[in-house]
Amino acid sequence: MPTYRSHVLVCGGTGCIAGGSALVQARMKEELAKKGLDKEVLVVQTGCHGMCELGPILVVYPEGTFYTRVQPEDAAEIVEEHLYKGRVVERLLYRPSEKLESVKHYNELPFYAKQNRIALRNCGYINPDNIEEYIARDGYQAMGKVLLEMTPDDVISEIKKSGLRGRGGGGFPTGMKWEFCKKSVSDKKYTICNADEGDPGAFMDRSILEGDPHSVLEGMAIGAYAMGADEGYIYCRAEYPLAIKRLKAAIAQAESYGLLGRNIMGTNFSFELHIKEGAGAFVCGEETALMASIEGERGMPRPRPPFPANKGLWGKPSNINNVETWANVNPIILKGGDWYASMGTEKSKGTKVFALTGKVKNTGLVEVPMGITIREIIFDLGGGIIDDKKFKAAQIGGPSGGCLTEEHLDLPVSYESLTAAGAIMGSGGLVIMDEDTCMVDVAKFFLEFTQAESCGKCVPCREGTKQMLLTLQRITSGKGTMEDLDKLEELAVMVKESSLCGLGQTAPNPVLTTLRYFRDEYEAHIKDKKCPAKACSGLIQYLVSPDLCRKCGLCAKNCPVNCISGDRQTPYVIDQSRCIKCGTCLEVCPFKAIRKE
Amino acid sequence: MVTALSEVPQKTLEILEPWRGRKGFLIPVLQAVQHTFGYVPKEAIEVVSREMKMPTAEIYGVVTFYAQFHLNPRGRHIIRVCRGTACHVRGSLKLLDKVKEMLKVEENGTTEDLRYTLEPVACLGACGLAPVMMIDEDTHGRLVPDKLGAIMDQYV
Ligand SMILES: Cc1cc2nc3c(=O)[nH]c(=O)nc-3n(C[C@H](O)[C@H](O)[C@H](O)COP(=O)(O)O)c2cc1C
Ligand code: SF4
Ligand code: SF4
Ligand code: FES
Ligand code: FES
Repeated sequence: MPTYRSHVLVCGGTGCIAGGSALVQARMKEELAKKGLDKEVLVVQTGCHGMCELGPILVVYPEGTFYTRVQPEDAAEIVEEHLYKGRVVERLLYRPSEKLESVKHYNELPFYAKQNRIALRNCGYINPDNIEEYIARDGYQAMGKVLLEMTPDDVISEIKKSGLRGRGGGGFPTGMKWEFCKKSVSDKKYTICNADEGDPGAFMDRSILEGDPHSVLEGMAIGAYAMGADEGYIYCRAEYPLAIKRLKAAIAQAESYGLLGRNIMGTNFSFELHIKEGAGAFVCGEETALMASIEGERGMPRPRPPFPANKGLWGKPSNINNVETWANVNPIILKGGDWYASMGTEKSKGTKVFALTGKVKNTGLVEVPMGITIREIIFDLGGGIIDDKKFKAAQIGGPSGGCLTEEHLDLPVSYESLTAAGAIMGSGGLVIMDEDTCMVDVAKFFLEFTQAESCGKCVPCREGTKQMLLTLQRITSGKGTMEDLDKLEELAVMVKESSLCGLGQTAPNPVLTTLRYFRDEYEAHIKDKKCPAKACSGLIQYLVSPDLCRKCGLCAKNCPVNCISGDRQTPYVIDQSRCIKCGTCLEVCPFKAIRKE
Repeated sequence: MVTALSEVPQKTLEILEPWRGRKGFLIPVLQAVQHTFGYVPKEAIEVVSREMKMPTAEIYGVVTFYAQFHLNPRGRHIIRVCRGTACHVRGSLKLLDKVKEMLKVEENGTTEDLRYTLEPVACLGACGLAPVMMIDEDTHGRLVPDKLGAIMDQYV
């Protein structure tokens, strides 16, 4: 391999591609060629660095200089200044705030300082389309070790020792699950990777698949060896076209290197891997529904038992794990279960990836040791709330999860602590909400989601969520009564207790936790007919403040339903009966003369 | 997606060919059909039913279960506005309303000129850039209603 004095890593994750990183990459190559530097500097496309908010991201090694919001026009300057003259382009560095110094290096960023990237170890460092780069960072070494030195029982005991638990939501101990499947006697077994990532607000699985697909393939092959499977499936959401493309490329490369397929590494272990594209049903993330979907049927959950470990895909013993779970397997094999178990809390070991989104300054993916507090995640890594507004709640666990409040900020994160607070770990989607977010609206939002995604098999789930949603709609439009609150609670308990699968069993959680922690907001909607966060359009009014209005007429010009009247002589007024509460007038008024009440 | 209706049976047979005698074919076959024609024409369902000896009711059951399949023709460009949680708290509802107003279509509707179909979607996995929408396979993030027009114009 030729050696290069510098490497330029351009992020090719979905976030940065959306910001134009493909063009940045092309322009960098052109500019380098123009300067005759193309033999000295290599441009590499990597996966997501987790800091998509600041994308497109470009890192220059060996210095580790971290450039943010890079545009194609910046390529010439980076080449001329940094790569030719050796001077850092200050204006493209990240500055946490006006007052603070800009940050030159990757590892100086507060965002990365508290992270411990294990599942995300290669994301942003390697070119996901090049198996050689994965191999250069210890890739497929764990598989080699397993095939040549370890028995299947050794592998399982190492995973058990690590304390690794399922990262897809349930948190079931991975080693135990593998053991059940291994003990199941059959001529045929399957391993499956759950890449359906249905939780809206979570994108760690996507980043791993796009940034480091081989880590998942290798983990699955190790699992297959341990459990005695010779065939596997990756079930990936169709909304992730780039992940599917990179997975396909990775499988083809691994096959051509003899790392997948027949007689892997010359042993008698064979493992064949397929990709199945999902077809857009949230419930298919549930393991039994997912298997029904691979079989070509409607993805409806099946009652358990029988458990997949005994009777799974096509009636054969099967094991299913989440993307992030699989990506943790190789480091555990290489460094040992004890190493992994040395991180985290007593019952929740290792690290967890969180997707930090919503009203927080640094949105992105963070991988942190279990036991870290919510406060550290939001304020140290996340940089606090946008515009320094007041933190109100963190929603964790998606539609099955719940809300954490101010009083939970110092809670050390673990499966147990979150469940005790009425939330769940879920897949690790952490959506931050500030004073402008209405918690009743949030509860309604999640129920709209679960109600639409209920597969309809069980009546309590199908009808109960519908009734709950109708009740919430009444409340947010100012027509709710205090009895509605009791009714909501009753319905919630009924749906929780009598649904077949996790979707129905957890759908009431967002309602229950918001009722528990934000009952006053519900009451304000009912008793005072007011939405304290001024978010529910049924309970707010837009008004023109005559003393501030300079009669410029911009509001009237921009109102989509033409309900604002006035001219240079007559004051501007909004016809409340026709206003659709779109908020356009408030946004366009240059004199802040429109207010929301 | 310009395939004439008369070609549907022949094309569907070609799609089916590699799947004969294999299990779990229905969803990949329907995905290929949809990819070829832009939707799942009833003529294609008839061919699948006849060739694979599967009742049409069962096929319709699967087609209607999954949000991805469509029984009617759709626009040349699919606009997916994210309605996931991260986008919701950053104002995606307003964005969706704006797109609806610009295109004069409702959710899951297609413009009369068959240029666009508008679909809300649960999460596009680019939550860091919320609010987000996807047109065909391109993701557009950090959207504000003002930017929409210029973005949509790129898709003719
Ligand atoms: C409605 C519902 C949706 C689910 N969606 C997902 C998903 O998108 N991704 C995932 O990994 N697990 C999902 N799960 C959890 C899976 O059923 C299963 O527990 C998991 O894939 C097991 O892998 P793990 O042990 O590695 O977590 C879902 C469960 C339910 C009830
Ligand atoms: S609980 Fe809901 S989603 Fe789950 S099987 Fe029953 S109806 Fe379907
Ligand atoms: S909120 Fe929208 S509809 Fe109402 S007056 Fe303002 S611009 Fe017009
Ligand atoms: S996509 Fe580039 S940092 Fe996430
Ligand atoms: S919530 Fe919109 S992309 Fe995830």
